[in-house]
Amino acid sequence: MWSWVGHRITGVGIFFFLLVHVLDTSLVRVSPEAYDAVIGAYKHPIMIMGEIGLVGAIVFHAFNGLRIILVDFWKQGTRYHRQMLWAVMVLWFVTMVAFSIRHLMIFFEGWEGF
Amino acid sequence: MTATNSEAVLPAQGIEAPRSGRIDPKYLRSSASSGSFEMVAWVFMRVSGAALVVLIFVHLFSNLMVGEGIHQIDFAFVAGKWANPVWQFWDLTMLWLAMLHGTNGMRTIINDYAEKDSTRLWLKSILYLACAVIIILGTLVIFTFEPCLLDDAGNLMDYSPSFCESVVN
Repeated sequence: MWSWVGHRITGVGIFFFLLVHVLDTSLVRVSPEAYDAVIGAYKHPIMIMGEIGLVGAIVFHAFNGLRIILVDFWKQGTRYHRQMLWAVMVLWFVTMVAFSIRHLMIFFEGWEGF
Repeated sequence: MTATNSEAVLPAQGIEAPRSGRIDPKYLRSSASSGSFEMVAWVFMRVSGAALVVLIFVHLFSNLMVGEGIHQIDFAFVAGKWANPVWQFWDLTMLWLAMLHGTNGMRTIINDYAEKDSTRLWLKSILYLACAVIIILGTLVIFTFEPCLLDDAGNLMDYSPSFCESVVN
């Protein structure tokens, strides 16, 4: 039940980011200055935290989606759906620790201050 | 406990559903008109979802986890990537699958929560329009992109990726 709610909420969030992301990438067709100015916003500390949240939503939606596929198509899927949800949460945690450390280290290394 | 009530067992064949001959077909749940679209959509969500896991994880890894990560992302970085047809095809596939997957997910949510017919129609019209605009825009950007821009004097602009020097000169 809660995995279903989480799947919907992360899905909607990712969808709206996707609309924005295609629009900001489209600025490469306007001018290099316009693209660099807008993409520069993604390098602000607040946006760095936002990126970790976005990747958290994507990774949950991805792993839980794979669990749904296994429940639907794997013969033993319905029997092990609960264990697979635990696996999703453990894998999500491990992936997010690794991503967050790497993303923050890269950010602080090249950060020129406010 | 497990014995079946013989009177409750229906014959497998031979008896039509109640009133099946006297009801307009459009009110019957067995009408075949809209059944296959939902089935195709259900399969599409699973197939595209599995593909998107690979497409997006590689996209995030190559853009944010290697090199200078978030700091490397600028015009020249995008230009450098799209100089390779593999990345053009990668991003194109990701754009189409993600937009169709996301639009179908939003369609399901609208159907679930918007109770008025007119509200559903409006929300889905906006959704399909947004989906079409984003897919067409993104596709055009990938294929009409010009990486090596020149200024008025004919010199390569500062933002250009390094490979432009060998292309222009």
